[in-house]
Amino acid sequence: MSDVPADLRYTKTHEWIKDHGDGTVTVGITDHAQEALGDIVFVEIPASNRQVDAQEACAVVESVKAASDIYSPLAGEIIEANALLNDTPDAINNSPYDEGWIFRLAPRDPGALTALLDADAYRQSVEDET
Amino acid sequence: MLIQEGSKPGRRATAQAPLTRHALDDLPVALRRRARAALPEVSELQAVRHYTRLSQQNFSIDTHMYPLGSCTMKYNPRACHSLAMLPGFLARHPLAPASHSQGFLACLFELQDILKEVTGMHAVSLAPAAGAQGELAGVAMIRAYHRARKDLARTEILVPDAAHGTNPASAVMCGFQVREIPTGSDGDVDIDALTRAVGPQTAGIMLTNPSTVGVFDRNIQRIAAEVHRAGGLLYYDGANLNAILGKVRPGDMGFDVIHMNLHKTFSTPHGGGGPGAGPVGVSARLEPYLPVPLVTREGAHYRWLTEADRPESIGRLTAFGGNMGILLRAYVYARLLGREGMRRVAEFATLNANYLMTQLRAAGFNAAYPQRRASHEFIITLKTEAKEFGVNAMDFAKRLLDYGYHAPTTYFPLLVPECLLIEPTESESKEDLDGFVAAMIAIRDEARTNPELVKTAPHRMPVRRLDDVRAARQLDLAWSPQA
Repeated sequence: MSDVPADLRYTKTHEWIKDHGDGTVTVGITDHAQEALGDIVFVEIPASNRQVDAQEACAVVESVKAASDIYSPLAGEIIEANALLNDTPDAINNSPYDEGWIFRLAPRDPGALTALLDADAYRQSVEDET
Repeated sequence: MLIQEGSKPGRRATAQAPLTRHALDDLPVALRRRARAALPEVSELQAVRHYTRLSQQNFSIDTHMYPLGSCTMKYNPRACHSLAMLPGFLARHPLAPASHSQGFLACLFELQDILKEVTGMHAVSLAPAAGAQGELAGVAMIRAYHRARKDLARTEILVPDAAHGTNPASAVMCGFQVREIPTGSDGDVDIDALTRAVGPQTAGIMLTNPSTVGVFDRNIQRIAAEVHRAGGLLYYDGANLNAILGKVRPGDMGFDVIHMNLHKTFSTPHGGGGPGAGPVGVSARLEPYLPVPLVTREGAHYRWLTEADRPESIGRLTAFGGNMGILLRAYVYARLLGREGMRRVAEFATLNANYLMTQLRAAGFNAAYPQRRASHEFIITLKTEAKEFGVNAMDFAKRLLDYGYHAPTTYFPLLVPECLLIEPTESESKEDLDGFVAAMIAIRDEARTNPELVKTAPHRMPVRRLDDVRAARQLDLAWSPQA
């Protein structure tokens, strides 16, 4: 089983969410997702200040196998995207939970975080899928 | 090796050189090249060897079994080439008047009729020069239809998650939003999800049937009824038409628009990205929007129908009328087969796929939809092999090349992990199919005993394992003498 850190929240579409406790969160894709996608060759990151809805496609990750939409787990405003991914998209493969983060978001309703999956629920969701 | 790399200044193929230099005096000076083109300077023998060597490196249906799922890589009968290359066809100028092109236009007119008959559609345009262009034309007609009715709230096209990537792309190119419909565990479209998604915003649905998971959607009539009831139109992606040729007609299933890949089902050459042909067929209500030109018969005379005859047409897709040489090959193929032959295509394509699936399952491979009968193609998932031996679907695919088989489609559709999508087509004999099964078993044995051998395959090809990642990240497409 791939790495599923206990201190993060997750979605069924394989995004992870880190709560900074200051009204912002960081979003990336999980170790399981990067493994399933294979070598990532291109990432389209969202523009800052963009308003997004929950489950809105706001980034694209392209691997040697497929191009996949990345969905915003929560409604809110994009405050920063990881420009490192423009030149080194493989940061997602090498470090999905750290250097491979995709964007930071200021959720409109920080309370909505608790409705996302916790590590156990995500692990279960991956198992049900495969 | 590139032919430029063997170039030496002044080297010539004298016997092939033109006797006189072509006069360019009538070209405006500003448009003339100032420096010489960087063309290779090689001898005749060098050129012959270069291209012969390239042809020997080719992995093609003429040399190997090519079970590339959803691509229908079937044999291209030589009779189609010989007839399409008759001097009267080859030497015809695209601007030649209709009165000088009666035989040619008659072939196209009859091809339109044959495609109408075989798909059950009301009218056909041969204009799209590829399947993807046919899709674009099809969705553009859906848009034109809603606009003509002032039904402007229809902004959404529904696309099942197993669809070819071109489907959502075509919808977006025409300004629609795409809503994805999941596939049920039995391979059919999730009908409850569809029911929830259909509404007054639905412009249409794009479906491939049989689908890319290789099964015929049993709920097709219900899907058609639901989408039609909501005021949407049904688009049929004809990529998999081979499975139902002469058996079931998209027009009878309730589809309003269809594109056909003549380079698949009607056996014109493809595999290097073209040239393709993607004619579109429509129901009566969409006929005014068909792309031009079309061919019509008036008495004993054939002529082109153009914008003047079809003011509501979505317009032209190419400078002339599509890939004529390909359309002619498809016409000859259809005439060679006839009504009975078309049925046999579907029957043998389906029989071959089911035989191959059954043999692979008997050998212990896992079908993705074991409860379903295959259409013309099927999916096996190598999830277990990947887990047990650390050898994935791509490794199997690469190793198959060493065994003399072109790899099946890998990692498509995306919803099945570690998948191979296998389409043997009707062209292959039982012996060839058995050979493929034997190769798969041998590769699995290698994966068990010597996984490194499979993971580093291919070993017997002109090039070894390519670096997909570097190829995608550092494009190297143009040769330059400085490099």
